[in-house]
Amino acid sequence: MKPLTTEEIRAVIARGKLKDTLFKALGILCLAFGLLVIVALILDMAIKGADRFTLDFFLNFASRRATQAGILSAWVGSLLVMFVTALAAVPLGVAAGVYLEEYAPRNWMTQVIEINIANLAAVPSIVYGLLALGIFVYQFGFGQSILSAGLTLALLILPIIIVATREAIRAIPAMIREGSMAVGATRWQTCRYHIIPYAMPGILTGVIIGLARAIGETAPIITIGALTFIAFLPPAPLTALPDGGTAGLFDWVMAPFTVMPIQIFNWTSRPDPAFEINAAAAGFVLMAMVLAMNALAIWLRYRMRKNIKW
Amino acid sequence: MPNTTQERLKAEARGLNFFYNGGIQALKNINMPIYDNRVTALIGPSGCGKSTYLRSFNRMHDLYPGNRYEGEIRFYPDDTNLLAPEVDPIEVRMRVGMVFQKPNPFPKSIYENVAYGLRVRGERNRRMLDDKVEHALRGAALWDEVKDRLQDLASNLSGGQQQRLCIARALATDPELLLFDEPTSALDPIATGAIEELVHELKKRVTILIVTHNMQQAARVSDYTAYMFLGEMIEFGKTDEIFIKPKDRRTEDYITGRMG
Repeated sequence: MKPLTTEEIRAVIARGKLKDTLFKALGILCLAFGLLVIVALILDMAIKGADRFTLDFFLNFASRRATQAGILSAWVGSLLVMFVTALAAVPLGVAAGVYLEEYAPRNWMTQVIEINIANLAAVPSIVYGLLALGIFVYQFGFGQSILSAGLTLALLILPIIIVATREAIRAIPAMIREGSMAVGATRWQTCRYHIIPYAMPGILTGVIIGLARAIGETAPIITIGALTFIAFLPPAPLTALPDGGTAGLFDWVMAPFTVMPIQIFNWTSRPDPAFEINAAAAGFVLMAMVLAMNALAIWLRYRMRKNIKW
Repeated sequence: MPNTTQERLKAEARGLNFFYNGGIQALKNINMPIYDNRVTALIGPSGCGKSTYLRSFNRMHDLYPGNRYEGEIRFYPDDTNLLAPEVDPIEVRMRVGMVFQKPNPFPKSIYENVAYGLRVRGERNRRMLDDKVEHALRGAALWDEVKDRLQDLASNLSGGQQQRLCIARALATDPELLLFDEPTSALDPIATGAIEELVHELKKRVTILIVTHNMQQAARVSDYTAYMFLGEMIEFGKTDEIFIKPKDRRTEDYITGRMG
């Protein structure tokens, strides 16, 4: 075969580069499509709901008149439910993940458990709602409360946190674990001083992704019986109750509640088109809450990872 | 000819076999003495089992399931069998320190890296910790370079400094035997020189067992050398004898570069 001349080499390169450019353009197009859809959605809600972005909207309870209806009970409910969810799911999920990675023997039992955690993540959320209705609401007698909702959503995001914990632990090099064990540390000391702190950025990311999913969940919350129309807040700790007593520290967890997605769902199903404005505005607020949580996750991860180098 | 009978035994492998998970035999009937306050080098081609052998001394293989030892490593003066199932591997690791191939400081401060072994032992006294950290860092010839920045992250140190930090971490708890697993293979010649000098200095305080790929290094730092091949101990002796007139053809082939 004769060696290629300079012209021929250039022609070959030009052909190759053409494909390069084509694929690049295609990639940008796909990316732009995804981004445009979400930007359009957010803008659409912002424009439709523009009339409702007043302080009153955030401080008013639900009302029969669209212009006076607000999201106070919904956003407070969402925040409280998320709080309970995080409090229940994080310790359980992290401990389970640490156990599976650091302690569990590698045998068929562990494999079965691992496969089922993956399955658990795929269970439709309504099924969790049914389970929670039977167990939390009736069996344990928690009723249609913030506690029931928080625990239900905690079950829902548990697999996400377990998987995130395990991924984060697997990213820690074996030589760190060996370095700790080599000075005579126990497994727990190694977990306590090294594995868990170094896995924290990854765990936190998982937690927030989980919470961002939970905050938008509607089906299981409806199943356990959240109210759709509620004109009071859960009792804040140590404040006076309408009946004259004082609220205990944890009375709020047993209070009835509503959450953002239910409020939105409720408004969209009203015949009066004025409520669509409320729904759009509330949708925008919910979206903002999710984005804020993701931003927080990114910032925390960045802060914590800065000091962790192998 | 130097007389080995005057040496004190620190440890002795007796009929040591080792099987990795899955049954592959990595060590075959190893018998070898480790003398007190001496540097013993393990040389041999890649995959000959020298790291596997080294990691038996602090029961590192126990961290992974399915590994199995046979035989004994007697440890003196108390004549404990380090490999006995009833001996807690954590107890073994508290007596036998280790420095790894690649520097593996924890992503914490310099101070916390050195203090870690003491904290694991429940030491809370701040002054005691300060003293021991300083002593260990001096022992590892690192004190002068880091004394003004003990709270800095260990990852900001150079590779050679990181490795000396890992030596300080191992020294802080006063081990009786210190294992080095190719401690300079990730370092430049100058950092390597510093570590070698340190090993020479350290043998006054602690018995040293060192795996090395570098035969000049074995010749420079060790008093005794063992040549391993395919999981067997081919030859053990005083370093000058091994390098000047090895008894076994295979040892000679290896150190003259005809093999491996």
